[in-house]
Parts: sequence; C-alpha cells; structure tokens
Amino acid sequence: MSTAPAALTPADFASDQDIRWCPGCGDYAILQVMKKVLPQMGVPRENTVFISGIGCSSRFPYYMNTYGVHSIHGRAPAMATGLKSVRPDLQVWVITGDGDALSIGGNHFLHCIRRNVDLKIILFNNRIYGLTKGQYSPTSPLGKVTKSTPYGAIDNPLSPTSVAIGCEATFVARSIDVNVKHLGETLKRAAEHKGTAFVEVYQNCNVFNDGAWDYATDKNTKFDTVIELEHGKPLIFGKNKDKGIRLNGTEPEIVELGKGVNPDDLLFHDEKSPEPTHAYLLSRMRHPEFPEPIGVFRDVDSPKYDLELNHQIEVARSKRGPGDLNALFNSGETWTVA
Amino acid sequence: MSTTTIDPVTETHKEVHQIPSATVRFAGDSGDGMQLTGEQFTRTSALLGNDVSTFPDFPAEIRAPRGTLAGVSGFQVHFSSTDIYTPGDALDALVVMNPAALKTNLSDLRKGGILIANLDNFQKKDYEMAGYDANPLDSEVLEHTYQLFKVPMSKLVETALKGSPLTTKEKDRCKNFFALGLVYWLYGRDLAPTIRYVNEKFATKPDIIDANITALKAAWNCGETTDAFASSYKVGKAKLPPGTYKNISGNIAMAWGLMTAARQSGKDLFLGSYPITPASDILHELSKYKNYGVRTLQAEDEIAAICSAIGAAYGGHMAITTSSGPGIALKGEAIGLAIMLELPLLVINIQRGGPSTGLPTKTEQADLFQAIVGRNGESPMPVIAARSPADCFDVAQEAWRISTRFMTPVMVLSDGYIANGSEPWLIPDVTKLPKIEIKHPGPLESGEKFLPYRRDELLSRPWALPGTKGLMHRIGGLEKQDITGNVNYEPENHQHMTNTRAKKVENVATQIPLQEIEGPPTGDLLVLSWGGTYGACKTAVEECLEEGLAVAHCHLRWLNPFPRNLEKILRSYKKVLIPELNMGQLRTFIRAKYLIDAQGFNKVKGRPFAVQELVSEIRKQLGLGSNGQPARETTAVAELAGAADNGG
Repeated sequence: MSTAPAALTPADFASDQDIRWCPGCGDYAILQVMKKVLPQMGVPRENTVFISGIGCSSRFPYYMNTYGVHSIHGRAPAMATGLKSVRPDLQVWVITGDGDALSIGGNHFLHCIRRNVDLKIILFNNRIYGLTKGQYSPTSPLGKVTKSTPYGAIDNPLSPTSVAIGCEATFVARSIDVNVKHLGETLKRAAEHKGTAFVEVYQNCNVFNDGAWDYATDKNTKFDTVIELEHGKPLIFGKNKDKGIRLNGTEPEIVELGKGVNPDDLLFHDEKSPEPTHAYLLSRMRHPEFPEPIGVFRDVDSPKYDLELNHQIEVARSKRGPGDLNALFNSGETWTVA
Repeated sequence: MSTTTIDPVTETHKEVHQIPSATVRFAGDSGDGMQLTGEQFTRTSALLGNDVSTFPDFPAEIRAPRGTLAGVSGFQVHFSSTDIYTPGDALDALVVMNPAALKTNLSDLRKGGILIANLDNFQKKDYEMAGYDANPLDSEVLEHTYQLFKVPMSKLVETALKGSPLTTKEKDRCKNFFALGLVYWLYGRDLAPTIRYVNEKFATKPDIIDANITALKAAWNCGETTDAFASSYKVGKAKLPPGTYKNISGNIAMAWGLMTAARQSGKDLFLGSYPITPASDILHELSKYKNYGVRTLQAEDEIAAICSAIGAAYGGHMAITTSSGPGIALKGEAIGLAIMLELPLLVINIQRGGPSTGLPTKTEQADLFQAIVGRNGESPMPVIAARSPADCFDVAQEAWRISTRFMTPVMVLSDGYIANGSEPWLIPDVTKLPKIEIKHPGPLESGEKFLPYRRDELLSRPWALPGTKGLMHRIGGLEKQDITGNVNYEPENHQHMTNTRAKKVENVATQIPLQEIEGPPTGDLLVLSWGGTYGACKTAVEECLEEGLAVAHCHLRWLNPFPRNLEKILRSYKKVLIPELNMGQLRTFIRAKYLIDAQGFNKVKGRPFAVQELVSEIRKQLGLGSNGQPARETTAVAELAGAADNGG
C-alpha cells in the first residue's frame, strides 16, 4: 500500500473532534501517549484502524485521525477479527474497557486471543462502569460499594491479565495511565508484536472511582506496590532495590535482599517462556499481598489466524487455480434438455 | 467392480401404465437411511428428465429411540412429465420400514395408493412401540383401501447377501437399498445412477458396494418376478426449457449464488457464521472454496459471526452472515449497527419453526416480523425472500446488488423447506450474468475533506476503504451528522437522519422489478404469497383458473420495500387472500400499509401447504362449496393413522 510519509507528528494523528471525556480522566493521558507512539511506528495513518466497543474508553477512535469504528458493546474484537481476516495489510487496534472486554464481550475477548488474530487490544481498566454512571465492573474488588452494590460487591473480580494468559495470549502487558514513559514503551512493544497483543492499562476514573489505583501511582508507595518487569532480570523492587520475589515451591514469596539472599536466588523474568505458567504466576501477584508487575508478562510467537486464513487461500489458489464457476456448476451429475 | 451374481436388469416384461406424475414417500426410522434413499430416487428421476420437487422431513434428534413415532424420518419426491412446483399433496406410493412410519404417514396416502411395508419390522414389539394393539398389516381396511404389499425386506436382503462377508447388522443396513430398488422397478427407473453413486461413495469398501448393489438389484428382480406386483408405471420426461440441468437444494443454490455475486462484483467473499439448523449447509459448502477467494469464519457465537462480517464489509469485502431465527435474534443489535454504519451486508435467515428453539428441522415462515421490524429504533432494511431451491441462486445475487447499490444490510429469507428441498436448476452461463458495479472513492490529496455521509441521488453513501489515502474517517453506532458523519445529538438532525435512512430503503423500490401477476389482471380473488409457499399457491391458482374461477396469483420477492405497483394490483381484485406458514405476518403489513381487508389462510404445523387445502380455501373465499374431491381417509383408516400433519 502507501509508504509512510516523512516525519508525522502527534498532531497529525489528532482528529478535528472535541474530546468529551471528563476533565482529569485518565483516558486523556492514554490518548496523548498513543498519538506520540504512532508516528514512531512507521505505519501510515490510512493503514491504521481503531475499533472500539461501548464505554468511556470506546470514544477513543473519534479522536484519532485514522480509520475508526465505534462499534457495539463488547463486540470490537469480533469486528476487528473480520476486518483483519480480509485485510491483513492494516494495523488494527481494539480499544476496550473492563466491562466491555470482560463482561458483555467476554466471549469475543477470549476467542480473539485463542485465535491469536494480529490485533492490539488495549483495555482501559478503571474498575467501574463510568459511562452508565457508577455501577461495579467485573474488575471491581470484593466489597466495593457502588450504585448497584450498596451492600458491597460479592462477586469475585477477574484479573484481565490472568484471563488473557489463561487463553494463552501470545503478548500480555500491563501499564499505568500516568506512567507515560512506561505506557509509551509498552504500547510500542504491543504494536511490534505479531499476533494478539493484550495490554491492560490502569486508568483512573476521577468521577466514579477516583483513587482506585492510588497504591500503584502514589510516589510514596509505588516502589513497594509495583514491580517493573525486565526480560532476563530477577524480580527486584523497593525504593532501594532491596526486595525481591523468590519461588517457594510453586508459590512466590517476598524476600529481603542481603541477609543471605542474593539476586541469583530470585525469580528471573522470562517473557519468552513457551508455557504460560510463569506469566500466569506473575498475573496472580495482587496488591496488597504482593507488588503488582507492570511491563511485558509474555511475548511469544505462535500462528496468527489472519495470516493462516490468507495462507490457506493462497495455497488453494496456487494448487487449484482461481476457481471456475461454470466448471463447478457443471460438475457432478447433470442432464441436458434439447 | 461389483461381483454380484444377479444379472443386471433393464426392462420389465410386465404391463406398464403411463402416468403424468407421481408422488412417493420413503419413511422409516432415523437410522434407516430414508434421506439417502429419497435423495437417490430424486437424482435418478431428475437424470431421467422428470421435473422433480422434494420434501425431506426428519426429526431434530440425530437418533431418536428406535421404532418410536418421534424417530420417524421421511423423504417425499414428486416427479413429473410436466412442470411442477410442489413436492406433491397426496402420496401415490408410500414405503414404510416400520409400524411407526406407517402410523405417522398413512393419512397422506391417497385411496388406492401403493403401500409397501417391510413385513419383517412388524413384529409384536414393533407395532406395540408405535401404539398399535394388533398388527396393522393384518387390517382388512388397509388391504381394501390401498394396494398393500407386505415385503419381508430384511429376510430377502439376508438371503440375497448370503455370500457376503458383512456382519448381520451390516447386511440389515442395506435394506434401504432394497426399498429403493423396489420403487425403482415400480416406476421403471434406471439403476445405473445409484450404482455409480454407491461405487463412488464406498470406493474403499468393496464389500459394502457389493452388498448395496446386490440389495438394489434383488429388489428390482423381486418386483419383476413376484406375482404380487402385477404392473408398473412410467412417468415420461418433462418438457423443460432447453439447457443443462442439475438437481440442486436451496442451501447449495444459495451458497453458489453468493459466490457468483462475489465474482460478478469483483469481490472476495467473507462469511461469518455459527452452526445452526437448517442453515449450516451454507457454511459447509462455502468453506470448500478457498481457491475462489472465499473466507469463512466459524465464529464463537451468532453475534461474533455478524460482527466479523461487518468488519469484513468495512474492509471492502462481500460480507455475509447466515443463520436461522434464534441466531438472527442474537444478531439484532449488530444489524442495527450495520444500518447505522450504512455498510453492505447480507443477513441470511433460513427460517424454522419458532419461537425460541421451536422446531429446528421443520419449516415455517414466521420470521417476517423479525426481518422487517425486529430491531430497536427506527431501523429499516430491505428484505428479500427466495421462493424455491433454485431461486436461492438468483436471490443471492439480487440481494447483493441492492445491498451494494444502497450501502445497506439486506435480510435474505429462505426456510427449511427450501433449504433442504431440491429441484432441477437450469445451469446459467456465468459469463452472461449481469455484472454488479461497485465504486469505491479514490485517494484525496491533503487539504480536501472526505465526507463519509455525503449521498448520491438514491441517498447511498460512499464505501470508503481503509488503506485509501486521505479518506480517514470515523463511523459508529451513535447518531451522526448528515454529510460529515460526526457524532451529533441535535433533535433536527436525528429526525432528518431517521427520515433519510427510511427514504433510502424506500428508494430500493425504484431499482427492483414491478410486480408480475399470474392470471387475469382483475378478478374476484388475488392470492398474494411470499417465500416457500410459491409452488403450492401457484399450483392451486392454476387449478382454479382451469376450473374457470376469476383468480390470480402474485408472489412477492421483495418484502421491504414492496414493488411500486403492488397497491394498484391489490385493488384490482374483489378479495385478497394471503396464505402464510405463520399466523398472518405479511397480512399485517399489507393491511397496515394499504388499508386493504386482506384475508389470511394460516397454519404452523412444520409442513408446507398442500395444494388441495389452498384450492379449498380459495373456493371457500369465493363462496363455492367443496370441489367434490373425496376425503382422503375413511374413519376406519384414520384409526390406523396418527393425526394428520403430525410430521414424523
């Protein structure tokens, strides 16, 4: 298709539409980071498509000067699967939220991941239904008091990364809206991945669930509550890099470095591990018992549905020719009336 | 390949009666191979030059308990030396493999018709399972009302296959070929097409080939040599228009019509589908043709099926989703999205009995309300319906032509009767079929603004493809501003866009043919029909016309919008009768739109209309009495038969 024009800027990726998120919403930061990342990826704007479902995050495509579809609740992965199946030349992003992806769209989310369609799924997790004004979501913690749970939520929340890894996602990462540098690097890694790339972004809803991620963003606590993953490196955290994660049997445990514990004793991060077990273990490390990992949990290669489908077409065409309808219709048993 | 010692048989030496047409039904247990038997009889008859029409009727269970009424599977074939449009009303011959089949099918056999029963399956436990106190084959009434042939099929097959290495159970499975061979003899059919089929189908199993062919020939010889069968019948070739024909089912014709539409419009085809009876065969068929550029996605659910198709349409492909009523219900929200996005898409509904899971394997045309108005908001979409198996081929292309011309999803209606039934199809020359012109806007230089909702004279918007420079735009399910497509909630704009979407669908009427009438242009009564009831309504009206009644027939292809001249036609007759396999859905629309007091003739019994019930209704509407046809069954016979129309 077309070649990348020289030196696109973030402004080139901004549409002419007024942005209608609440002032202070975490979505603004994610939008800004996306506009900064895309010019670096070398994909022309006309070859970039954003598809979303329903929810605050799903307004995202309107604000990008690319192709975009604001579809229906939960169905963006299905629509994107169809698009990518016929147009593997396009870079397709799916923008979704915790309710959109894990509640109403749960089925499409898991099947899209299992097919490993080459899509970039960015899940804005604010642990609340914002657009419908404050009901609990499938990632809201137990006991969460909302308009629809005045006595506290009694259903166990899902971990988006656990779900994705459970479906054997080939790329799984997590980042935080306000951590713009880390978010930019994470989105870039997702864009570079071939296959379904799933990124959970901790996003603050300052109107209906303000402070949900404070533990992970507060400058006084974040060194103890967040652990940044680096491929091939041991899991070390803390302001003074003095704590680490060690495996005790099959369970992770927090240990203090020194006092007889060396970095070599710690769990080493391996995002290329062919089995999802290691990545799943990381996804089970939840606040407050553990620091929560951010960065790339898993990045492996596996057949991609869209490429496989188009490969089948090419092979069939080269083996059997482009197909002759007249020959097909006249095949098998026919008879002629004079 | 066959090593059978039975001499090949060709011609009968017994008396042969020439008859214009006949209707035969094979009925037995779900595991008895009745569908295969019926299909073979149909192929052979079509190859002999008869016009044919079929009605397969089978239970939803794969294998219902043996010998039960619920487990009866039937296949009806109407074959003729003249044009026919229905699988026939009353049966001329009925083959029953067990007492349950007798009970559920006998009421359809005409008085004096041929009844062939597999005597070996009428043991005490068999007839008790079917609810008989005594062996119904011993009934004198049966003997006197029909030409009854009690044939010990299982034993005859066992004898014929004495030398075969097959197990007893395997041998017994050949008895459907025996039944087929017997009926082949009865109607002077050639065995060669079925022998060819058996050789191909069981190419790797020579013992099975031998056994089936032996059973087939043994039955033919049984007919020829047994004194019981005194004479046979001959149905000559039909005078069909010249050309090459193929026997085709509705679902295959639909699949091929879709592939043809893709080729004629220069597009590759994408199908998003989820398995559902009776639509799955379209998915199966299309999945074979990857070298034709056909991409099929068996989606995780009905919603993903249509949403993936919408994604493919957005990407510039010919997009289709296939389903049946329950699946269409799930797709409702996404159909609304396609209406808002104004993208071309075919939503194909192979209707079945409803509501909910309803009658999965039985036919009904009760999804017309769903098709026309079954979505939230003001959400009009064109609706087209196929009238017969072969017609699906044309309807698929017509639907895609309108869908792309107007940038709108189109609902295509078929039903289980059309989908599984078959008829001869005059094979077209694809190079002579009309092209479907599709334009996509080209790239724009920087500075020019692309307007995704700027419309042409028919109110259609441009189909801009991702990857085209300068056409970047955003669309979605939210109401949008006219011309720009930007999100817009203004009151006047919503009214304007609602009117525009409605007017666009109304404009379809300018691009479809005017309604044709079969029969005189004015008269006492017009029969108005749609979908799979075409053949029965046409035949019924023809019969009434021959009788000198002032009646005519209109069959609608487009249900939304209606043809421009429909109102004028409706007002040209004193009465309008709308027979439907629903409780009056088209009638509701006709009454609402034209304020015409149309009368309904409605049933939902999972079976098509019989011609005679329509003739009776037409006569009744005209104030005439019965046409003097004798009732099909006497009270005594009724005792042996289950309730009429109980399917089976």
